[in-house]
Amino acid sequence: MMGRGRLAAWAVGLAALVALPFVYRDPYHLHILVLILIWSFAYTSWSMMGRFGLVSLGHGGFMGIGAYVTALLWNHLGWSPWIGIPIGMVAAGALALIVGYPCFRFRITGHYFVLVTLALSGIVLQVITATRDYTGGSLGYTPNRAAGNKLWSLQFDDKITWYLIALGVWLFGIVVWHWVDRSMARYALEAISEDEDAAAAAGVDVTAEKLKITLLSALMTALAGAIYCQYQMFITPDTVSGIAVSLQMVFAAIVGGLFVSLGPTFGAVITIMLAETLRIGFGTKAVGWDNLVYGVLLVLFIIFLPKGILGSLLDRLKPQRKVSSAHEQEVVQIARPGT
Amino acid sequence: MQAFFDIFDIYLLEAVINGILLGGVLALLALGLNLIFGVIDVTWICYAELVMIGMYAMYFLVQYYGISYFLAAPLTILLVAVLGAALHYLVIAPLLTAPPINQLLATGGVLFVLQSFATVAFGIDFRNLGIRLPVLAFGDMNFSYARLLSFLAALVGMVVVYLFMTRTFTGTAIRAISQDRQIMALMGVDTKRIYLITSAIGGGLAGLAACLLVLQYDVHPFVGLSFGPITFLICVLGGLGNFIGGFIAAFVFAEIISLGGLFSDLEWGYVLAFAFFIVMMFIRPAGLLARRR
Repeated sequence: MMGRGRLAAWAVGLAALVALPFVYRDPYHLHILVLILIWSFAYTSWSMMGRFGLVSLGHGGFMGIGAYVTALLWNHLGWSPWIGIPIGMVAAGALALIVGYPCFRFRITGHYFVLVTLALSGIVLQVITATRDYTGGSLGYTPNRAAGNKLWSLQFDDKITWYLIALGVWLFGIVVWHWVDRSMARYALEAISEDEDAAAAAGVDVTAEKLKITLLSALMTALAGAIYCQYQMFITPDTVSGIAVSLQMVFAAIVGGLFVSLGPTFGAVITIMLAETLRIGFGTKAVGWDNLVYGVLLVLFIIFLPKGILGSLLDRLKPQRKVSSAHEQEVVQIARPGT
Repeated sequence: MQAFFDIFDIYLLEAVINGILLGGVLALLALGLNLIFGVIDVTWICYAELVMIGMYAMYFLVQYYGISYFLAAPLTILLVAVLGAALHYLVIAPLLTAPPINQLLATGGVLFVLQSFATVAFGIDFRNLGIRLPVLAFGDMNFSYARLLSFLAALVGMVVVYLFMTRTFTGTAIRAISQDRQIMALMGVDTKRIYLITSAIGGGLAGLAACLLVLQYDVHPFVGLSFGPITFLICVLGGLGNFIGGFIAAFVFAEIISLGGLFSDLEWGYVLAFAFFIVMMFIRPAGLLARRR
């Protein structure tokens, strides 16, 4: 499907990315790059369902589950992340199915869906805080340092290894994105996002299609959380879970552009660089200022650049966007009771 | 054995009544959010953060400026009402024609702004009003006077809003707009003005809730997160924009939280409420009072 030129561009870009840490070794910049890659993967995971009008604010919950399950299994049971990560992913996937099934089966869309998922991420945060005897609560949690095999414990000290792992995971995300982009599911989901009833009438199993993409998205987000945990070796409920993280995902994906594979990555680059610049600019003395400016910029962005930076640049995507948003509004109106 | 049951029943009754008292404040919060959703068709994700700002306002007015509680309360309500109107004027109004997701995200940005503003301005310490209200003993049961006051004030607040909506011209216009957005503009109603008034009322309700919650809980920049999600669940369960549904749902949730808290930690009450919510979605997906389609 991909043109030869585009394939070559991807190959060259990828080769450059792989070669980068061997040429340029500044640890701080590598650290930022690793963070960008991990978060890009998380944002890409979100946009897998976000691009089909399934706006979830519950992904902070999935990410938190991935991170905490992996860390808890390692600390309390001594299970390697190689076992813990899949278990964390399955747990997040199960939660996605439990919440997703009634939502999709009973046509909970638009504002309703957003609020339900928003509550989901809030509840996950509450649970992590409530089980403070095991998870450390709001104070955060650190996986125990491993004594033996680094590969078994998935704990590496050098940034280059982590850079390559993050690159691999990110690439996996992009590949899955393209796989979905070229699958039959994409057409079904696009039909659903434009008109659910019409899609159902045309023989699309609306509930099953939505559940599939939600499951995929949740699994990948949990993986992102687990990788983030293994890299940072310190997680708090606020950094991997909750409403703030969910909003951060949506914002980055919207800023970058939802409908291109590199859009969320682009969004991650912009938002993380912005946050990091603000953090350094304000220093450690002024706690909170960076977030204040970040929030103001976020609001300004949405008011004045509602189509995202990449979206505004790529003019050709405009009609597609308009159609989906107009229909989203319609779906919301249909689903509202009592009016 | 008989004695055990006696004690158990007393505690149960106490929890049930405490749940009803908690339900008053939750219903107030749900009413404000529902009002804004029903009229303007926007969900303020930062609603609980407005309450947080109101709680800080109460704290500073009472603690630093030594104003009495009952004088500080109207000031706080007014302040948060102005804040609500400003939020609409500055953030929502430019986005009225934007896709719903952008409106949601913009209020999400405001959530960041308010939280970090509170962190910058007030620090992350837990603060409380320092007012100790007496405990009301009724038989063997103890009720905090603060909860009783909150419940009554919340009820009064809701009755006032109800009277405003049904007895005044502006209130009637607000209800009319929530029924048909397009037509009302053609009927000569100034929608911009109505939206602004609605936002101010929504903010005022958040302010009232803040005055009541500050009696029971400590203030800190992230306090909104502890009752924001539950308010959203209440609104969805009641049916977004459905005032009566939200009212009933608030009490149902408050009972679950209160009874859950009786047997375990309060946080688990929230988890139980969420589980209940998921189950309810299977039974009544479009809200408690909605007819099934």
